[in-house]
Amino acid sequence: MKSHLRYAIPLIIFAVIAVFLFKGMYMNPREIPSPLIGKSVPEFALPLLDQPDTQITNKDLLGKPYLLNVWATWCVSCRAEHSTLVRLARSGLIDIYGLNWKDDRAGAQTWLRQLGNPYVKTIFDQKGRTAIDLGVYGAPETFLVDSKGVIHYKLAGPVTPEFINGTLVPLIEKMKNEG
Amino acid sequence: MRNILFLLICLIVTGPLHAATLAEYKFDDPAKEEDFRHLIEQMRCLVCQNESLAGSNADLAVDLRNEIYGMMKAGQSKDDVIDFMVQRYGDFVLYSPPVKPSTYPIWFGPLLLFLLGTYLLMRALKKKKQSQETTLSEEEQKRLESLLNRSSDTKDVIK
Repeated sequence: MKSHLRYAIPLIIFAVIAVFLFKGMYMNPREIPSPLIGKSVPEFALPLLDQPDTQITNKDLLGKPYLLNVWATWCVSCRAEHSTLVRLARSGLIDIYGLNWKDDRAGAQTWLRQLGNPYVKTIFDQKGRTAIDLGVYGAPETFLVDSKGVIHYKLAGPVTPEFINGTLVPLIEKMKNEG
Repeated sequence: MRNILFLLICLIVTGPLHAATLAEYKFDDPAKEEDFRHLIEQMRCLVCQNESLAGSNADLAVDLRNEIYGMMKAGQSKDDVIDFMVQRYGDFVLYSPPVKPSTYPIWFGPLLLFLLGTYLLMRALKKKKQSQETTLSEEEQKRLESLLNRSSDTKDVIK
């Protein structure tokens, strides 16, 4: 009996390694857990995309839960997610603020005119300094923020209908229940 | 030999190329410059994950290098910079993960595996030694000797 078990040991080790490797195959190395979950949106004071002279700060966004969507015209996936964002904005589920990241102002304005503007307001972060404070390492990234300015979730990658129905809606429900 | 020589020449030629991208970061204090270089070598570029901040030319890596340069110029310490980066990008930004409960497996796992391996090896060796030492009974000894003698007698007969 015991000697039989000994022959099984390599098989067991193989099985354990195989399970981990198999799981690893479906993990996305781009999904880096954000240390900002549960923390407040970092302080910022930046101009608006369409009004260079008007400043907006993190405090102006308080009061209602919102999505903060980091985008740029040079970002291909942003174009891919844009129509979904427009539809999401139209549904009235949640306010969306844009953070236009290291972009060209005129180009970004044209983009919104041509593809539709899902944003309540678009913050213009030309130097990308606020994006660094948000731990942004690629576009698009989307943060779910509650009415007190606390970040609940971060999505690295495009917003999809599957994300909205499967993740976002339950998260918003949960936020409402927690008050 | 020629191949090795070729590789060495490649190294000599490309070394300065790599350093050239960092030439713009100047410090008055050489020790601080050393600290800065060391720091950005230890940080992962999050855009191209297998490159350090020092080696990457990604836009974000350049921004972060500038940010770190600014912080160090302003007199902030290495730990301040590491805190700054970890608060924003998480432990992932560090190539060498900090020692804490969630990282115990990576820090101490190899040592445990080594100890386990040593133990199993010792046990296997001991078992082998024991089985070699088994002594023959008197009867077996006699038979062994007779077999040995017979083989030496018949040595010449073998064709």
